[in-house]
Amino acid sequence: MAKFQISRRKFLTGASLGVSGIMLSGCDAFDSQLGMGDGLRSFLENANSLTYRAQRLLAGRDALAPEFSEADIRQPQRPNGVTAPDDDTYKGLLANNFADWRLEVTGLVEKPLSLSREQLQNMPSRTQITRHDCVEGWSCIAKWTGTPLSLVLDQAVVKPEARYVMFHCLDTIDRSLAGEIKYYGSIDLIDARHPQTILAYGLNGKPLPVENGAPLRVRVERQLGYKMPKYLYKIELVDSFANVGGGRGGYWEDNGYDWYGGI
Amino acid sequence: MESVAMTQPSIGADATTLKETTLIYRQSRWTRLTHWLWAISLFFMLLSGLQIFNARPQLYIGKQSGFEYNNTVFAIGAENTTTGPRGYTEIFGHRFDTTGVLGWSGPAGQETSRAFPSWATIPSYYDLGTARVVHFFFAWILTATLVVWLVASLVNGHLRRDLAPRLDDLKRLPQDIIDHAKLRFHHTREYNTLQKMAYGGVLFVLLPLMIITGLAMSPSMNSVLPWLNEVLGGRQTARTIHFTVMLLLVGFFIIHMLMILAAGPINELRSIITGWYRTDPPAHDDKPAERSV
Repeated sequence: MAKFQISRRKFLTGASLGVSGIMLSGCDAFDSQLGMGDGLRSFLENANSLTYRAQRLLAGRDALAPEFSEADIRQPQRPNGVTAPDDDTYKGLLANNFADWRLEVTGLVEKPLSLSREQLQNMPSRTQITRHDCVEGWSCIAKWTGTPLSLVLDQAVVKPEARYVMFHCLDTIDRSLAGEIKYYGSIDLIDARHPQTILAYGLNGKPLPVENGAPLRVRVERQLGYKMPKYLYKIELVDSFANVGGGRGGYWEDNGYDWYGGI
Repeated sequence: MESVAMTQPSIGADATTLKETTLIYRQSRWTRLTHWLWAISLFFMLLSGLQIFNARPQLYIGKQSGFEYNNTVFAIGAENTTTGPRGYTEIFGHRFDTTGVLGWSGPAGQETSRAFPSWATIPSYYDLGTARVVHFFFAWILTATLVVWLVASLVNGHLRRDLAPRLDDLKRLPQDIIDHAKLRFHHTREYNTLQKMAYGGVLFVLLPLMIITGLAMSPSMNSVLPWLNEVLGGRQTARTIHFTVMLLLVGFFIIHMLMILAAGPINELRSIITGWYRTDPPAHDDKPAERSV
C-alpha cells in the first residue's frame, strides 16, 4: 500500500509539473504541429466539416440573415483587404468608369454570358440592409443593392454537374514565386441561390466605391466577409475547386481559413 | 461503488493518538472524465481565443463596431511615444500602460505590436486561421462534454446529491465564507455552499453563456436564431460578453487552483484523478464546533 501511494504521489507531482511546464514554456509548444498540412492541424480541421454540416442542417437553404433599418446605418462601410487595386487592367477599366468591364459567366453553363454593368443593372435588383461580419471580429451595417446571383445563374443555365460558383477577381492580393495572385473564392450552389446572395453594384444608395469592390462584389449574407470577393470579373461554374489555387476553394482558404466561413 | 469507503489508520500530528481517516469514493468516472476534457478544451479555447481577439483587439457595445462613432469599451493597442513604442490597455476610456504584456511585447529588442503576448496565444505567432481551427475543434469537445456530463449527472445522481442547492446551503453560507477566508477547509463527502455556487455557476451559467454568445457571433446561426442577438444586445455586445465570460472563467480557474493548493493538493488531485478522497477524521468530543456538516 505504501509503495503504491508513493508511486501515485510521484505520478501526481510529475503530472502537475508537466502541465505547468507546458504553460510556462508558452504556447509555441504547439507551433510545429499547427502549420498547413501538419498532422495535428489536419486532425483538428476535421471539425470544420462538422461545423459546416451543422450550419447547413440548421440554417437550411433559405433562412434569411437579419436585415436592419436605415437608422442602423451609422457610418460608411468599412473597407478591408485590398482597397485600391494596383493592377493595370483594373486601373484601365476604372479610368473608363468600367464602360469596358464585363462580367463573364463561364464553366459548367449551357449559355456562357458576358454582361455589362448596364445589363446587370437592368435586371431585377434587391436592396438589403445587412451586417457585414469580418473574420477579424468587427461588424458594420450597410445597405447593399445588386442583382440576385440566382437570376444570373438562371440566365446562364447551370449544368446539373456544377456544384460550386467560383469567383475570379481583378485585384492582386498576394505575390508568389509563380507571380501575382488575384483574389478568388467560392460558394456552393445552395448559397449562390440564396435570396440574399447578390452581386452588389450599389452601397448605401450610391454606386459601389472602389475601396468596397467597384464595379461589382459578392454579398453572401450568412457568411463572413472573406467569402464576399470584390472587384469581380468572372464567375465560373465548377464541379470541384481542387484545381483552383491551392485547392481549398479560395485565397484565404488556401491560407488556412475554413471554406464555409459561417462562424 | 459510490458508497464504498475504506477506513485506515494513519499517524496524526500527535504521534500518540491514532486518528481514523477515511478514503471515500467521491468523484464518479463521469465527473472525472468530463472534468479533464473541460480542462483540456478550456486551455486550448482560451489561448486560441486570445489569438482570435488579437485580430481585432477592441470590444464594442451594440450591433456593429463604431469606426465613425465611439462605442468601444475595451481596447488593447500600441502607440509611439517620445520614449519609444508603448503598449496600452483602455477600459471604458481609462488608459493603462501595459508595455511588455498587453499591446507591445516580445523578447528584448524584438518587441512587436500585439494585443496578447505570444506566450498567451496559440499559435504563438499571429495566425487567425489556425486559431479558428483550434478554437472550433475544442468548442465541439467542450459542448459535447457538457451534454455528456449533464446526462450522466442526472442519471447517477451527482446533480441532485452534490450540486442542487438546499435550504441548508443558505444557512451555512456565512460560516463557509468565514472558513474560506481563514483558509480552514473541511474535507467531507459534500461540497460546501461556495463550492456549489462556483461549480454550478461555471457549468450552468458561464459555459452555456460562452456557447450562446459564440453562436450569436456566427452570421449563419444568426439566420437560424435571429432573436439571439436582439436578446444579447447585438453581435458586438455578444462578442464583449464572450470576452467578459472568458475573464470570469480565468478568475474561476485561478481561485480553483488556489483552493486546491490550500485544501491539500495531493488529496484534491487524487479525488479528481482516481475518485478517492480522504475525508477529515471525526471531530473529537471536546471540539464539537469543528464537526463538519
